[in-house]
Amino acid sequence: MKKSKFSLLLVFALVLSVFLSACSGSKTDTTKKTATKKETSNLAADQTLNMLESAEIPTMDSSMAQDVLSFTMLNATNEGLYRVDNHQNIIDGVADGKPVANADKTVYTIHLKKDTKWSNGDTVTAHDFVYAWQRAIDPKMATPYGPYYMEGTIKNATDIANGKKPVTDLGIKALDDFTLEVDLEKPVPYFQSYVTFQLFYPLNQKYVESQGKDYAKDASHILFNGPFKMTKWDGPTAQDWTLAKNDTYWDAKDVTLTTANFNVSKDPQASANAFEAGEADITPKLAQPSILSQYEGSKNLYRYMQPSVFWLKFNEQNPALKNADIRKAIALAIDKKALTTDVLANGSIPANFIVPKDFAKSDTTGKDFRADAGSYLETDKAQAADLWKKGLATIGKTSLTLNYIGQDTESAKKSDAFIKDQLEKTLPGLHITIASVPFNIKLDREDKQQYDLLFSGWGPDYQDPMTFMDLWTSDNQQQHMSYSDSQVDTLIKQAKVETDYTKRWQELQQAEKLILDTDAAIAPLYQRAANLLVADKVKGFVTHAVGPDYSLQWIKIVNTKK
Amino acid sequence: MAKYVLQRVLYMVITMLVVVSVTFFLMKLIPGTPFSNASKLTPDQLNIMKEKYHLNDPVPVQYANYIWNMVKGDLGVSFQFNNTPVTELLSNRIGPSATLGAQSLLLGAVLGIILGVIAALKQNTWVDYTATFIAVVGKSVPSFIFAGLLQYYIAVKLQWLPVMFWRGPQYTILPTIALAMFSISIAARFMRTEMIDVLGSDYITLAKAKGASYFQISVKHALRNALIPVVTVLGPLAVSLMTGSLVIERIFGIPGLGEQFVKSITVNDYPVIMGTSILFAFLFVLIILVVDILYGVIDPRIRLSGGGK
Repeated sequence: MKKSKFSLLLVFALVLSVFLSACSGSKTDTTKKTATKKETSNLAADQTLNMLESAEIPTMDSSMAQDVLSFTMLNATNEGLYRVDNHQNIIDGVADGKPVANADKTVYTIHLKKDTKWSNGDTVTAHDFVYAWQRAIDPKMATPYGPYYMEGTIKNATDIANGKKPVTDLGIKALDDFTLEVDLEKPVPYFQSYVTFQLFYPLNQKYVESQGKDYAKDASHILFNGPFKMTKWDGPTAQDWTLAKNDTYWDAKDVTLTTANFNVSKDPQASANAFEAGEADITPKLAQPSILSQYEGSKNLYRYMQPSVFWLKFNEQNPALKNADIRKAIALAIDKKALTTDVLANGSIPANFIVPKDFAKSDTTGKDFRADAGSYLETDKAQAADLWKKGLATIGKTSLTLNYIGQDTESAKKSDAFIKDQLEKTLPGLHITIASVPFNIKLDREDKQQYDLLFSGWGPDYQDPMTFMDLWTSDNQQQHMSYSDSQVDTLIKQAKVETDYTKRWQELQQAEKLILDTDAAIAPLYQRAANLLVADKVKGFVTHAVGPDYSLQWIKIVNTKK
Repeated sequence: MAKYVLQRVLYMVITMLVVVSVTFFLMKLIPGTPFSNASKLTPDQLNIMKEKYHLNDPVPVQYANYIWNMVKGDLGVSFQFNNTPVTELLSNRIGPSATLGAQSLLLGAVLGIILGVIAALKQNTWVDYTATFIAVVGKSVPSFIFAGLLQYYIAVKLQWLPVMFWRGPQYTILPTIALAMFSISIAARFMRTEMIDVLGSDYITLAKAKGASYFQISVKHALRNALIPVVTVLGPLAVSLMTGSLVIERIFGIPGLGEQFVKSITVNDYPVIMGTSILFAFLFVLIILVVDILYGVIDPRIRLSGGGK
């Protein structure tokens, strides 16, 4: 039994390796193959990676995590039902095969692997998931993301969070030690991706409860079930920590890296200096054009599109901005190309959309959401001027002064000044007053709707267009624009319960068209690119769109000729 | 002397209490919440969080609770560092900041005083001009420029010293030099002015007339008297150096207090803002006390016990 399983795996690995080397997209197949061969035989004796991060790890408690670095480290040291692989596909983690849905796609049954281990030797069971999910929504825990993620999705989550029902009523059950049943409030087409989120990772109840308040306070008070173990971490204030390969991980044979050392470096230029001196193999994200310009075209520059889109919000409590022509004029007047290439200069691209590129793939066609969606509000200064005149005539004014709330960072101030200049030059009679405020104050102004134009953005919470699209319904508590379009409301409402996923996709695309093309409810500006430096000797570094920033488990350190 | 110190300690406590209260109420005026995911939470969810951390209580109640806990030695837990006690956070972070600050203060004071004395003794010669030039550069060029240059040329290009981090004595050299530049110039400028002043005074002329040697005049008579005002500057300088420099700590990746303090304000991490303010205020009043006592040691005219009151 065991032997046949192994040989099957071997065959599979062989097939996969042929497939992978074939589809890597090199010019001639033969050169690529030899290169791959060379690479594997060229593995360095020392499989140690030295990495810089720009912040400390706030927490390693998967229920309490709320930032990208915590997610990234948890993704490296622990594992949930599924994980995102090096080709951005969802693969099995602790789960053994895809979830099986009932007819109306609201109840999922998931089988678990029977041989995955915690670092204390215990077996990971279905009960570990039940405990973790209940802990995440427990009002006594007041976890930062529990209610946000579960309410309206997992059965009874809302009532539990509000203390109206006990945590045991949560829609997750262990049918036996290795079978989970998840009860949902509505069909969730992105269910597999949804449960890759760190909040849904299993927790060993016996261990967590025995540690009490000390749980996850440092590396020696956590259990691991992922590809790596955290061997050194002195807690949330630690400025360095170490991960080591976890030999009891079920897929340990595919993990090459043995050690990853992390240090915190908050200054981007210093990080680049450490990289130059060979003290760091991978830098944190670098956004400064002055640093990036030194590496433009270098093979060490690793650039990728993040699924974060930035836009201007219009406060429709301002009667002038209630006028769609005026909103549209503003949206069309900004030269987004110049904004991305000249001002940001970090690889970001103009956004003529809400749902970002390279973010969500259709389950049915496998195509990116943007592939068959339109492009809206592309820069058109002539049309902007016409609409502006028309809009001003409608509201009976000849000039307009708008308050613009932006952030107080250097780069934000630069973009804001550019946008002001673009708007005032294209739209005669428009006067923009910029207030550059700290992030917290920006949020406060947004909450209270004390703005006319607000520079803002959104990053996804799960890998589905809905994470960007339900922001614009009339009843959304995070919209803060007084924008309301009953057609959009209907479409989003439909899409939320739609079980025909092709149709759902179309409804979302239609809603996006309405919001931008018809209503110009916001003025999309750009989709952000991230840049970091990766040393030649590091192969197999992959970044992710949602949750963790990157994965370490496919990294290989190779010998490079100096 | 003992009575004086006791009286001063009492004043210290009062000062501290005023600082704590003012900081507390000012801090509560900053809009926003300490929750980093606030932008994603609905008002209901945010309310649950606020309840849990007693942020919905009236500010005077929160203030009373804080003072009561503070008296008991509990400074609360940090929001940004998932419930790490503030006392633990501060005690972990003060070490590197204090080491770096003490080293650079020492370097700055010694070099600055030497530079100032030489400049004064060789007044209006090229030596003086050079020393003054160094002092002006040190004062006017921000320390992060020095830090960046040192890091790039000494560590990256020449590879003489490590680029960053805090793992041993050799790691402290570059940040110490970068941070000392400012204190060198402050000390040098003060020292030169005072020294020139003293050298022109009557008792120096008298000493010269008595036939005292050049060395005796400049060290025993002039230097000692010129040092008094310098001590006044070095006090506050010591506090600002020991409590950490935001930029230097950032550039050299030093786990110190400076960065922490600034960040805690921008993310509304109330307990850390309070804890750091209390620590800074305490160090400040303490150093001022030390400086006042030092005056007596250096200057016989300000002896504290015995004569006068």
